[in-house]
Amino acid sequence: MSAVDVRQTAQQRESATTIYEKSKAGRRAFVPPPVDVPERPLDELLPARFRRTVEAKLPEISEPEINRHYNRLSKRNFDLDTGFYPLGSCTMKHNPKLHERVAALPGHARLHPAQDPKRAQGALELMWNLERALSEIAGLPHVSLQPSAGSHGELAGVLLTRAYHEARGEQRTKVLAPDTSHGTNPATVTMAGYELVKLASNADGGIDLDDLRAKADDDVACLMLTNPNTLGLFDPNIEEIARIVHGVGATLYYDGANLNAVMGISRPGDMGFDIVHFNLHKSFTQPHGGGGPGSGPIAVSNRIEPFLPRPVIVRGEDGTFDFDHDRPKSIGRLRGWQGNFGCFVRSYAYIRSLGAEGLREASEIAVLNANYLLARLREAGVAEYLPVAYDRLCMHEFVLSGAPMKRELGIKTLDLAKRLLDFGYHPPTVYFPLLVDEALLVEPTETETKETLDAFADAIADILREAKEDPEVARHAPYTTPVRRLDEARAAKQPVIRQPL
Amino acid sequence: MSTYTSVTDDDRAAMLAAVGVRSVEELFRDIPEAVRLGRPLDLPAGLSETEVYDHLRALAARNVSAEDEVSFVGAGMYDHYVPALVDSIVTRSEFLTPYTPYQPEVSQGGLQVMFEYQTAISELTGLPVSNASVYEGPSAVGAAGYLAKLTNGRPRFVVSRGLHPHSRETLETLSRGYGTTVDEVPLAAGVTDAEAWAAALDSDVGAVFLQQPNFLGAVEDLEALAAVARQHGAIVICACDPMPLALLKPPGECGVDIAVGEGQPLGNRLDFGGPSFGFFAAAEAYLRKMPGRIAGETVDEDGRRGFVLTLQTREQHIRREKATSNICTSQALNALAGVVYLSWLGRRGFVELGELLLQRTAYARERLARVEGVALLHEQPVVREFAVSLDAPVERVIERCAELGINPGYPLGRDYPEHPNGLLVALTERRSRADIDRLAEALGVAVAAEREGVVEVGA
Repeated sequence: MSAVDVRQTAQQRESATTIYEKSKAGRRAFVPPPVDVPERPLDELLPARFRRTVEAKLPEISEPEINRHYNRLSKRNFDLDTGFYPLGSCTMKHNPKLHERVAALPGHARLHPAQDPKRAQGALELMWNLERALSEIAGLPHVSLQPSAGSHGELAGVLLTRAYHEARGEQRTKVLAPDTSHGTNPATVTMAGYELVKLASNADGGIDLDDLRAKADDDVACLMLTNPNTLGLFDPNIEEIARIVHGVGATLYYDGANLNAVMGISRPGDMGFDIVHFNLHKSFTQPHGGGGPGSGPIAVSNRIEPFLPRPVIVRGEDGTFDFDHDRPKSIGRLRGWQGNFGCFVRSYAYIRSLGAEGLREASEIAVLNANYLLARLREAGVAEYLPVAYDRLCMHEFVLSGAPMKRELGIKTLDLAKRLLDFGYHPPTVYFPLLVDEALLVEPTETETKETLDAFADAIADILREAKEDPEVARHAPYTTPVRRLDEARAAKQPVIRQPL
Repeated sequence: MSTYTSVTDDDRAAMLAAVGVRSVEELFRDIPEAVRLGRPLDLPAGLSETEVYDHLRALAARNVSAEDEVSFVGAGMYDHYVPALVDSIVTRSEFLTPYTPYQPEVSQGGLQVMFEYQTAISELTGLPVSNASVYEGPSAVGAAGYLAKLTNGRPRFVVSRGLHPHSRETLETLSRGYGTTVDEVPLAAGVTDAEAWAAALDSDVGAVFLQQPNFLGAVEDLEALAAVARQHGAIVICACDPMPLALLKPPGECGVDIAVGEGQPLGNRLDFGGPSFGFFAAAEAYLRKMPGRIAGETVDEDGRRGFVLTLQTREQHIRREKATSNICTSQALNALAGVVYLSWLGRRGFVELGELLLQRTAYARERLARVEGVALLHEQPVVREFAVSLDAPVERVIERCAELGINPGYPLGRDYPEHPNGLLVALTERRSRADIDRLAEALGVAVAAEREGVVEVGA
């Protein structure tokens, strides 16, 4: 820690205090409307045996203090509106402010989900239009907006696969996924009652076709694939992969986490995929909210359509919209109501703002920005410590390996990530994909400027230079954040997950 | 066309040169010709911001929201007042725009909110452990089912018909994947039929599912129903409306192992059904099998108090196919709205609001029961919602009320064919006595008109 200023920042001096610790008996914010009906004894309305004897120990606190508490807490977060957030596979692109305004219109925000469709025509039309747009982008004819997140869409997709095979009288048992897949893929496979079979990657980072041929048999229900994959590489063998998978009667599932690379350029449906999930919170800029809400619509081919979740939106001959619940082959519901409508409003606004040309431009610039940043990081002083894992042009993201950095400079990928925080950057995704030692997965997105990418590349070079002189600096970083490195082992060993009251 | 990129022609030239290619097109050379689109997407041309606003405004105007009518529709989502304070906090970019808190040093705000939220949910449910939220209500029921399956692996679930129809259907959808069957126990006099409940239980039942209050608004005898299930070693799962928990005995004190529910009533807007959040709380024994994110307290290397995502060895990004769930999205922003709202209500205010709902609901129930052609569907205790049966086609009655600017409730017929003209009526603090009186009047007029209509048709 030698050369580092260890004086505390104002935020560091302020120790974390919860809203419960600020509570003081007798304080309050809410004043209820008057009881304007004849009051009846509690015992008469709700027998004592059903009632609470001790009230929930919520805080007692005034509105100004709640306001200050949460505003101060907000400043202990790093956010996309303030700084560069190149988190791989998360597509941290700008969240247009217009979207918050249109989502908050009372006709959207105060619309009850059980409103009769006759009196929710605007909402159904919006959903219909969004379905049509997503269908065109995916190159698959049918869409369900219901799933709440990417992982929820995956579960829908694998359950659709099960229903499809069962309707043909087949009981298949296995699902294939590459070793580079997102962790949600294998977890979903297990939840849907299938056995996971892992596929190896080839030297170019794509699917090892021989391994696929060896493992693709009549027991395989589905192959789950991300393309471009989590290495940021488009698998050029996709047509052959689709042939092999379809050859054994299995379905091909597209994890849409990386769709931001190919909007308007290449469509999963045209690649041979049967089922696609979208992440509206990635490609279509629904704000991430610090970890949700998200939305994970799915698009499917004709042979999967009969099994889509209920209800589906239909348009009558007179142009009016309705929900069709009468879907006997449907896998059923995956959640309540119609999905995360508030997210639909934002993503629909985004698609209407950009149109065909704008979506394609977004993908092109996302790929240009990624390749440019990669080129900057190939420069001397960086590339020898942080080589790109697969030395090719990348799509919208790329993977570096911190293995030489760890070996030569004595700092790990984690240390680099933590030191980046002191430079005002959110680090890339670290230690994923698992295939690459000391991995850093970098996704700059299309909404960043060349200047930002240059400054980020410079910061990485600076940190490596600094580590060459004194690796201890990075090993103990960060220094300027509201708290410094946290003891995660202790949190897991002796879990304190609520305030004792 | 709107754009959110900022690459100039000069930038593009410099960037391509640095990459060592001549065109942007060349960057896509790995994509085989056969799978390229080769034409523009068939989508409407992009619009300017003002045009998008006008289009969305026009669509919104074609919906009749709770802003436009006096609505008594509930059925799991409720038109409570969302205080301005909640809007102000959840629209702060520091809460709106970050990702999941993977770097805790720069995510202390979000992580502490999760910790405070978990505390509030634990208090409401009377259960010691809560996660940081899941998608929403019915899928939380499904997630609880999967937790039960992982815990005891028994082949059968038993659900009460009082469980929200969406929850029952979601549970069936998901359990089909892992091969557990779902048996339903009917209602008697508005609550779970105790005899049928006992008869349905056996040692092969992995979990039972109840709802409090149930879908028809009735308060269930949770303790008695849970006790029977526990005798057979079944895990007791209860879906709860969080608002009545201000008054009701918490599920944790009634023998419930896992309490879940739809969090929308807590400071979240209706949004035509989402996004909202699902809460998920459980007994200590389930801590290391819970789905979803969990925030925990710890210290930093200088000894400062801090918060991290913890117990991550349950989760998909570490455990992959052996994870306890595939869920990796909590509903952080919606849960934030929930905890700000609960803090705003405060310890006393939460109870006062519950009591107000109880009194107004009792008044409305009594008032409606006196309307000609309207009868109570059951007489069980209720807190904020109750069911009636109309002596007229309920859908037609709703249409007539709509003409008077009133949405009288949720028609039960599709989900409960045994109550073809049932109507579920919900109250919030936004529905005053005057509104209730208008509802009674409108229902009276509408039912009478329909009954006359029936006579005319019959004559």
